[in-house]
Amino acid sequence: MTPTLTLSRLTKRFGGMEALKAVSLSLEPGKRAALLGHNGAGKSTLMKIVLGLIPFDGGEVSVCGAAPGSPSARAQVAYLPENVAFHPALTGEEQLRHYLALRGESPRQAMELLGRVGLAHAAQRRIGTYSKGMRQRVGLAQTLIGRPRLLVLDEPTSGLDPVSRRDFYDLLDGLAAEGTAILLSSHVLTEVEARTDSILILSGGQLVAEGTLAALRARAALPVAFSVFPAPGHEASLAAAFPEAAADADGHLRLSCTQAEKLPLIARIAALGDHVADLDVVPPSLEDIYSHFSRRDGQ
Amino acid sequence: MSRILATAISEFRIAFRNRWVSIATGMMVLFALVLAAAGSAPTGDVGVDRLSVTVASLTSLAVYLVPLLALLMSFDAVAGEVERGTLPLLLTYPVSRLQILLGKLLAHLAILALAVTLGYGAAALVAVWSDPGAVQGLGSLWRLIWTSVLLGATFLGAGYALSALARRPSGAAGLAIALWLVAVVLYDLALLALIVTDGGGAFTTRALPVALLANPADAFRVFNLSAAEAVAAAGGIGGAAGAIPLWQSAASLFLWPLAAIGLAVAAFRKVTL
Repeated sequence: MTPTLTLSRLTKRFGGMEALKAVSLSLEPGKRAALLGHNGAGKSTLMKIVLGLIPFDGGEVSVCGAAPGSPSARAQVAYLPENVAFHPALTGEEQLRHYLALRGESPRQAMELLGRVGLAHAAQRRIGTYSKGMRQRVGLAQTLIGRPRLLVLDEPTSGLDPVSRRDFYDLLDGLAAEGTAILLSSHVLTEVEARTDSILILSGGQLVAEGTLAALRARAALPVAFSVFPAPGHEASLAAAFPEAAADADGHLRLSCTQAEKLPLIARIAALGDHVADLDVVPPSLEDIYSHFSRRDGQ
Repeated sequence: MSRILATAISEFRIAFRNRWVSIATGMMVLFALVLAAAGSAPTGDVGVDRLSVTVASLTSLAVYLVPLLALLMSFDAVAGEVERGTLPLLLTYPVSRLQILLGKLLAHLAILALAVTLGYGAAALVAVWSDPGAVQGLGSLWRLIWTSVLLGATFLGAGYALSALARRPSGAAGLAIALWLVAVVLYDLALLALIVTDGGGAFTTRALPVALLANPADAFRVFNLSAAEAVAAAGGIGGAAGAIPLWQSAASLFLWPLAAIGLAVAAFRKVTL
């Protein structure tokens, strides 16, 4: 399948500072990729280059087979900027009718689009009276216009409550199922974990890691953490059985091991029978993996 | 074309809600009526109809008011989008910067056309009401309306260009006021000073016509006054109007909007995000 988006050795400089250093990636139709990185890691710069909003200094970028920012690319790409803004004097419906007309679609779809993001009730109100979350939904609604082949979403769920976030990712799943490639950045790693196909970690302008969460987890080889809860009266015997463990204030034993040692350790704990009241196994979180990769090649 | 129209519709809505339509119309009607009332005394001795005299006074009013309204409506066009943060999203749409500016221009021109038509129309009604023979002057009234729209287009384009250059609404507003002062007030004062010191020499005969044509506001005044042959009623710099062929001031009136909009598009293309 031809990728919807291809970057090869993309380089961007601002003055003497290299904002992006030879970044290469490709995104296939129907795939959802999350772009992670600290503030200033180059996420927004990368997105603006893909959208054709700013020029780049080296490498190649192909968006739906065209140059970024070309009329053909712009017709097939939808964008949701971070902290999306609209003219406060227009109503939600008027703003969407405008965007529909700019994409050559019938303005009559405005109400249906607002309905899809749960804003039908506020369609006749001026956007100046909207909350941040409602503006974000208008921004989301305008990305659904037409059938974009590539969605570029900069911090799309900021300002949304948890229920809206879930609805939002449901919408993305539907689009991806129809073949839209999605590139999004987020600070909320837990939701990215569950709802994207691959993860791209940018650090200091370099792509330091790329892959599925499972692959990144294996590559990082971070320790698995255990919390063992002793049964009443067995605290001392349990502590003796695991001299390497550290006890916390509640009397729980904290252990950690490599991925390969995980099953033998579980077997050891299980062998203690009713001395153990409960057991929590905590795999390395995306936060841990993210810190691992972005720190290793540090800024 | 549909993209230009869609932009124009949104811009018209925004201008309407921001009271620009009522402010522009109210200003034009108010000033035109004041002029019509004040100019009612000296009609008899000029020997032309009442409306033609009103149009001559309205021309002097329009030279100041139309550029001012145009600049007030346009200074925010690009800088405002930059400040609100609406520009990046707009520029990812399949719409060119030329189309965006033309859409804004269409909306703002419609508002200006409405304002001058109602304003001049009110003054004309007063003139015709007190002197039924004034209907002879309807031709010059129509000429004043369409030349005002062209003059407005020039200053709208200039306003967009300043807006794109400044990138901040406060800076753009300052530049717009400066342009208005220079083009409409100081330019004529400088010309008057030169005429006085020159005393009918080479400057007055050779350079003055060129200088008048080079300024869209003066070209507008010269065209309307010489076309109406009401030079005597206006006097002042207008007195020089007779020396300039009509086609030259007309050409200046038509070329300036194109130049201003070309400048605006060039400046807008330089705006990066």
